[in-house]
Amino acid sequence: MDVSIFQIIWFVLWGVLWAVYFMLDGFVLGTGFLAGFLAKNDTEKRVLINTVGPVWDGNEVWLITAGGATFAAFPTTYALMFSNLYSALVLLLFALIVRGVSFEFRSKLDSAVWRKSWDLAIIVSSFLPALLFGVAFGNIFKGIPMKNDFATLSFSYDGSLIGLLNPYGLVTGVLFVLLFAVHGALYAAIKTTGDLSSRSADLANKLWLPLLVVAVAFLGYTYPATKLFDNYLKVPVLLIVPLVAVISLLLVKVFAVKGALHKSFLFSCLTILFVVFTGVTGLFPNLIPSNIDPASNLTIFNSSSSLLTLKIMTVVAAICVPTVICYKIWVYRIFRERVTDKDVLENSDAY
Amino acid sequence: MNVVTLSQIQFAATGMFHWIFVPLTLGLSIMTAWMETKYVTTGDETWLRMTKFWGKLFLINFALGVVTGITMEFQFGLNWSEYSRYVGDIFGAPLAIEATLAFFLESVFIGVWIFGWNKISKKAHLTTIWLAAVATNVSALIILLANAWMQKPVGYLIRNNRAEMNDFLAVLTNGYGWIKFIHTLLSGYALAAFLIMGVSAWHLLRNNEKDFFVRSFRLAAVWAFVASVGVAITGDMHAVEIARFQPSKFAAMESQWETKRGVGMNLLLFPDVARECNSIEQICIPNALSVLAFHDANAEIKGLKDFPPELRPPVTPTFLSFRLMVGLGTFMILASLAAIFVSRSKNFSDNRAFLTLMVFAIPAPYLAEQFGWLVAEFGRQPWIVYGVLKTADAVSRSITSTQVILSLIGFTVLYGLLGAIDIFLLVKYAKKGPDKDVSSIINVQGRA
Repeated sequence: MDVSIFQIIWFVLWGVLWAVYFMLDGFVLGTGFLAGFLAKNDTEKRVLINTVGPVWDGNEVWLITAGGATFAAFPTTYALMFSNLYSALVLLLFALIVRGVSFEFRSKLDSAVWRKSWDLAIIVSSFLPALLFGVAFGNIFKGIPMKNDFATLSFSYDGSLIGLLNPYGLVTGVLFVLLFAVHGALYAAIKTTGDLSSRSADLANKLWLPLLVVAVAFLGYTYPATKLFDNYLKVPVLLIVPLVAVISLLLVKVFAVKGALHKSFLFSCLTILFVVFTGVTGLFPNLIPSNIDPASNLTIFNSSSSLLTLKIMTVVAAICVPTVICYKIWVYRIFRERVTDKDVLENSDAY
Repeated sequence: MNVVTLSQIQFAATGMFHWIFVPLTLGLSIMTAWMETKYVTTGDETWLRMTKFWGKLFLINFALGVVTGITMEFQFGLNWSEYSRYVGDIFGAPLAIEATLAFFLESVFIGVWIFGWNKISKKAHLTTIWLAAVATNVSALIILLANAWMQKPVGYLIRNNRAEMNDFLAVLTNGYGWIKFIHTLLSGYALAAFLIMGVSAWHLLRNNEKDFFVRSFRLAAVWAFVASVGVAITGDMHAVEIARFQPSKFAAMESQWETKRGVGMNLLLFPDVARECNSIEQICIPNALSVLAFHDANAEIKGLKDFPPELRPPVTPTFLSFRLMVGLGTFMILASLAAIFVSRSKNFSDNRAFLTLMVFAIPAPYLAEQFGWLVAEFGRQPWIVYGVLKTADAVSRSITSTQVILSLIGFTVLYGLLGAIDIFLLVKYAKKGPDKDVSSIINVQGRA
């Protein structure tokens, strides 16, 4: 088979891995930065942290896999994406490191100062990745100021951390924060009991309107700020992707108002998946466009691995990814019950 | 300092920090799984208490190993983008495979193990720790196969201005990687066993939970000895590979300047790099180095002078790290052998001198691990991929030294803080000792 088939397969997988990562870590990040506001006492905070306790690490591995897949399938994109966005990604890395250990460390000492410090760490280290991922993807949609010559292997980048904080990048950042906030609040609502659960549902309901406003602003702003719409104008049937995103977002509210929170959460998952798909579909065949020189775009064709490597990776993905999905579903079933005060206070290994 | 040096310092600092936590994860995951197996098969509650106690230390340590691992994956792109572009076709695959095959399994089932005590059957729970433990070991294999490719590149050809894979099987069956994997894995087992012996000794010196800690100590003593001997054997096999495929690294490890046949080994030795010779050469064992390198008393050893100075690794650090690693390894074999005999003697828990020694022996394998990493990575310089790509040509072009200085400061502060907290918690929970009552677990575990 032709190499371009595999390049397209890996483009789709690349989009799916990022989308699934945001869907899964989205509620962990959201629950994380809302925990301090939703919980009224230490036990409630622990309940919230323990709702994500068994799954946060497995969810984060989707990020490692998305990174690894970019490296294996599109090494030139991996190389230039990470080095060009150096400072933003280092900040992101610091936040993810702190977030992970905070969960593990927080309940290990029975001291108010200790726990308050980790509470603050959890809020900051959950909020920052949500914002930074949004800013990073906004800039990827928009294109970054790079000049690449693939024949002479000369690559240059003329951006900065401050440059990434342009209006479109920030709108996307706020969009991600609100998406994850609603997602996390809904997750908290379906994974806890009593007052904490209803407070979380209330918050999700309240945050939905700002989310809608920002989502509309994002879609509108995307037209002048990016070239994402080009693909949709060329192949209008693709418009079904953003349409699913919009309908899902509306259904989140419909079900949340009715109190059908599981359904609402499900549509929140779909919203996140299809928001990412909307962007990725618009990017094709670019992975990261340049906003100063179209010939410098990093595409699936000029930045991919060789045919052999793509074939091997396709076999690996075809075996591993479905297996992972199966055992992850099993694990979510084991932990399907809501987390109560009792669970947290009686398990010496609880976070 | 330039971007290359700063990036090297950052990679070494973050890599070595990551490497404080990973060997214990490798060893303690398997040992905890072993203890839980004993509990499930015998029903003896002490094994359950051992599982919970040593498992707790395992988890505190595990957290930091996981989060610092993300840094390692990102850094190839962040600081070494020319490397990533040049070798990504062959080096990216193992990284992606490691994530999909091992990291998912490890992280998902660790979660079930921590939170699943009262939710799944005993046997299912036991399965989760074995899956997680095997996954950590598999991830070590994959990442060491990737590292082995940097040391002894195989299965590739240079095409389209980069190294492209043309034989995946050769990458997977790279003998250099497999020997290094077993060497590294066993070193992790030895490290975990020394930690268990040290913590047990600390409690025995205070007469805490005598049965519990004597049993832990005896189990760990056997593990430590078998693993330490295995480390030495695979270390010898590894040295043979290095002598064949990385002669400049071998020469630096042994501070051998002249190319000669039937080379002896000096027990006392110190390099003088400026004068290209050794300032101390004493107590020579005839032909020993030739035997060590090629298992042949008359074999020729390439000396450093055969390589132009710009292609030699930094001799003194490589040499010192190697000697220190071997010295610590030898100490570990002797100490664990003694531990087996002493722990079986009648008044073992009254042997205060030996118990004190074992408490102070805890850092020995940790230091050996760090020196081992230094030998492997210093010895490969100036190459990032031996004979293929130089480290200086591998660095990212779009980053500035200011950026790297800032990130290096950030890593130093953050890692320093988290490392101190983690060690504080490990010490605290190690000193606290096992929980008295585990009945809540057993009762509910009666459920299918």
